[in-house]
Parts: sequence; structure tokens; C-alpha cells
Amino acid sequence: MRNGLFEWEKPLYELELRIAELQKFTTEEDMDLSREIATLEKKADYLRREIYQNLSAWQQVLLARHPKRPTTLEYIEMIFDDFIELHGDRCYRDDPAIVGGVATFEGIPVTVIGPQKGRDTKENIRRNFGLPHPEGYRKALRLMEQADKFSRPIVSLIDVVGAYPGIEAEERGQGNAIAECIRQMSFLRVPIVCVITGEGGSGGALAIGIGDHILMLEHAWYSVISPEMCAQILWKDSTRASDAAEALKLTAEDLIGLGAIDAIVPEPLGGAHKNHQEAGANLKAALRENLGALLKIPEDSLVEKRLARFRRLGQWREKAVVVSEHR
Amino acid sequence: MFKDLFRTKPKYVTVRPQAVSIKQDTSAGLWQKCPQCMNLIYKKGLEKNYYVCEKCGFHFRIGVWERLRQVADEGSFEELHTHLASENPLDFPGYSDKLAQAQEKTGLDEALIIGQAAIQGNPCMLAIADFDFMAGSMGSVVGERVTRTFEAAIEEDLPVVIFSAGGGGARMQEGILSLMQMAKTSQAVERHNRAGLLYLSVLTNPTLGGVYASFASLGDILIAEPGALVGFAGPRIVEETTRQKLPNGFQTAEFAMEHGMIDKIVQRKDLRHTLGRILSLHGKGLVPSA
Ligand SMILES: [Zn+2]
Repeated sequence: MRNGLFEWEKPLYELELRIAELQKFTTEEDMDLSREIATLEKKADYLRREIYQNLSAWQQVLLARHPKRPTTLEYIEMIFDDFIELHGDRCYRDDPAIVGGVATFEGIPVTVIGPQKGRDTKENIRRNFGLPHPEGYRKALRLMEQADKFSRPIVSLIDVVGAYPGIEAEERGQGNAIAECIRQMSFLRVPIVCVITGEGGSGGALAIGIGDHILMLEHAWYSVISPEMCAQILWKDSTRASDAAEALKLTAEDLIGLGAIDAIVPEPLGGAHKNHQEAGANLKAALRENLGALLKIPEDSLVEKRLARFRRLGQWREKAVVVSEHR
Repeated sequence: MFKDLFRTKPKYVTVRPQAVSIKQDTSAGLWQKCPQCMNLIYKKGLEKNYYVCEKCGFHFRIGVWERLRQVADEGSFEELHTHLASENPLDFPGYSDKLAQAQEKTGLDEALIIGQAAIQGNPCMLAIADFDFMAGSMGSVVGERVTRTFEAAIEEDLPVVIFSAGGGGARMQEGILSLMQMAKTSQAVERHNRAGLLYLSVLTNPTLGGVYASFASLGDILIAEPGALVGFAGPRIVEETTRQKLPNGFQTAEFAMEHGMIDKIVQRKDLRHTLGRILSLHGKGLVPSA
């Protein structure tokens, strides 16, 4: 990637440059080039659709990792009002890789949580590249249990490659922190909307991914393992990540077919990084619709519905049972 | 009830032949080399000693039927849900072959068997994973069987005992569906928990990844075998990511114990007795003696 542009966008970029040049020429030299420009615009439109609607799984993964893609805090700023960030797991420390707090969504108090990647190298180092430690998950759980106490809906914005695989993370029980998050989140008596906004990597994403409605941005990915690690394990070759991305069926379109997610939130053409405002507005509209629907469900049936949603997942064959066997 | 549709006829199993799968067994013949202390062990003696090295205490890996023989009361095991068969839901390259090879190698249809059993007279639902079947990883069938174990236990008012050996974590060849088994099984654990029933989770070598980060670490009581690898990210991944030297004994049962992640390390020869005692302590109908 150069200048925030992917290799596959280059032909389009060159065309756009050419159009800009002609436009500049039109104003500066007072020449009418509108027909030439219109032809090129048409070509660019076609190319844009051609490129962005036929992205491979691996291209989607790269797009979801674009450094200019909106981060959790940026979405929070665009979508919620009066966000008050709350900190700490009350046990070990505050994990900057996960943010959370209270806010209002169109006047309704909500709890919002999510992993936070850095917007530059310095912030990335402070936030451990958005890779949470156990205390991050324990903070998220603490805030979600608080939401339950005060009957506030929860919005979980997910953008994480995975839980941090570090020595201290293991010493402090990364696996159990994730398991407890999954278990407790499943039984909270408030509406939960989860949105995979960028990367949804493995247990580190699932830990905060148990919801009544699970949405996914158009170019986000969600998988049991990152494509690189999958390729490394299967073929001892991490350069085959694109093959792994294909095989893992990790795009929003694949996942809706497998029942893992419920709806896809459209992104601006070319990806959320091309237009933050539009991406934010799309997500806001999706949250309005989904929270609205969930707030109508009586509290008593909410948990049962959520559990039933996950209970169905998986695919196997039920062989015929031979009754006379072992008789 | 919906669930009854899936109820199988109980299958009575005593102990099947080829009960033992010792991964470390490379030598034919009467002697087995211990991979830890390098001593040669007489195989007959190894069998008598629960497949534990007498010299150094190394716990050899054992298969599900040998495990069953060691912990469950003889003839008590009724296998359930044997009729669930794995598919290749993502058409993942090579997965169908891998499944077939694992079936051939272990004689099992999947990486976990479940059923009702008794341990020292205490009835329970029992599930045992086999590392030799695709590293004991959890796909749809394993997740479904674990879930049904808890559901059956709720229905029968029974405790659950699970031996995990999920070194492979969530099975990547089933993609997101494997990840979703972590949610499904954790939810089943909690339903059982809310019914006030006991869940004993026994972590055998190795229990990692999505298996550890879901049902395996959610037991009321966590027990591990000596030296068993227990953790989230495997040691190699931790080493490669952090580029740090791993502490001695990193992610062993002893390490997990020291950091407060498990309740107890139990020698294999003592497992049946320990499980039996804990189960009977939680048994129904205890009345104060007059
Ligand atoms: Zn030895």
C-alpha cells in the first residue's frame, strides 16, 4: 500500500487524477472539456464498481486493516452524545486496548465498549495495537454488568485481531477472562447490539461479541483465526494468507449465510476510510433500527431469544439411529 | 420435546480393544522410552501404572477408552449422541480427508465422546476428548456434544465431568462455526450452573485456545494432570509474538496453579478417587447425622 492506496485501486486512482487534471484545465484555460470529462467519469464509475464490488476475501481483510479506517472512539464520537469514558478492571490496571463508558444514543442512555487501535504509531504502542489483555475483557465485563444493573442497552463495537498472546496475559488468565465474558454477556437482561466494524479475530472478538443482533460492516472480517496464522499452521507458509482468507469464509456476505451475523452495514464505496462521516451515518442508522427493534422485546424473553440464536449454530449430520444395535 | 428427537438409544460400552493411543509410542516391542527421563519402561508395567512413568512421573497421553477405564465404574458408561457426524460446512480444502484420517487413526468418529457414567458410584454426565483426533479441536459436532452433555445433565439433575484435551482449540476448518461453539458451550455451562449443578473440568495435556477460553475453564472446580499444558495462546505463538524467552514451565498445570487459574493438580492414579470424593460431597440427599 502507498499513500493509503491499495495496488488494486491504482487504475482508478490514475483515472481520477486525469479527470482532476482536465477539470483544472477547464477552469484555468477556459476550455470546454465536459464531454471528455463525462466519458472519463463514466469509465471511473464503472471501474469503481468493478473494483470494489469484486474484492477478494484477502482484499477485504486488508481493507478492514486500513490505517485510516475509523476507530472505535471515532465511531463513538460520530454516533453517540455525552460519552463519558470509564476506566479500569478494579483488579489489576486499566487496559487502553479496550475503551468503554456511558453515553446517550438519540437520547437513550447506553453503555458502549470496544477495542481501540491507535491512530498513529505512538498511540498504537500505548494501546498495544488494540490487542487486549485479560484486564481489558474484565473492564468490558464490569461495564456491561453495570449496564445490566441500570437497564441500559449495550453497544459493542468490535475491531480486534485477537486477544494479546503475551506472557503476562497468560499469567493473568487470558483464556478464562474471555470465557467469563462470553458466559456473563450471554445472560445480561438488556438489549445488546454487536457490530464488527473492522477486524473480528477469534476468541478476542467473540468475548465481546455475544449479542441479540450481530451486525458487520460491509468490508469487515470475522473469523476463528487470522488468515496469516491459519496459513502458518496449515501450510507452514504465512504468505498463503490469501488462500486461507478464501477458505475461512470470513467476509460479511459469507457469514450471513452461515448464520453467524444478522445484517450487513453498508460502507462508502471503497471502504469506510474513504468517508468517515458517511460510514458513521450508516452505522448510526443501523443502530437506530436494531436497538429500536430490540427495545420492543420484553426483558423476560430477551435472554432466551439470545441463547436460542447461538444454540442453533453449527453444522452436522444426524445419522439414522439403528434401534436394534447393541440389543 | 425437540431435544428428544436427538436422543439416541443408549449404547452399552465396556472397554473396546485398541483402547490406548500413545502418541509418544514410536517403538514396537516390549519397551517404551520415556520422552522426559529417557528411561526404558516395560510396556506391561506402564499399562498397570496408568501410563505414567514410574521414574519421573511423566504422563503419557491416553485415548478416550483407556481414560474411561481409569475413571469410570466398569460397565457404567452409556454412550450418547453417537449419531452426530461432522460435515465440511465451508468446503475447506483437505478437511474431509483430515477427518477421515483422524477417524482411521483413533477409531473414533469425532474428537469427543459423551455419555452417562458413574464414578465410584456417583452418577454423572461424562465427556472425554481425544487429542489424537485433530488435536482434540472443537468443531460443530464436539460443540454440539458438549452442549448436549450439559442439557442432558440438567434434565437428569446430574453433575458434569469433562476431560478436555483441546490442544487445537476451535477447529479452524469449520471457520466461524467453530468459534460459535465457544459461545454455545459456555452458555450451556451457565444454564447447568444456574440449575445449581456441579461441573468438574479436568484439563489434560494440552488444553488451549478456544477450548480453554470457553467451557473448559468455566468449571466450578478445575483440575489438571501434572505437566499438562493449559492456556489460551500456545507457547510457540506467545514466543513468536513477544520475542521474549518464556519462563520455565510456562503454561504447565503447575504454572496455572501458581497463578491461581486452577484448583488442583491430581496424579492420574488418584483421579478416580478425587473425582469420586468431590462428586459425593456434592451429592443430593446428604442429611446431617443424628
Ligand atoms: Zn520418565
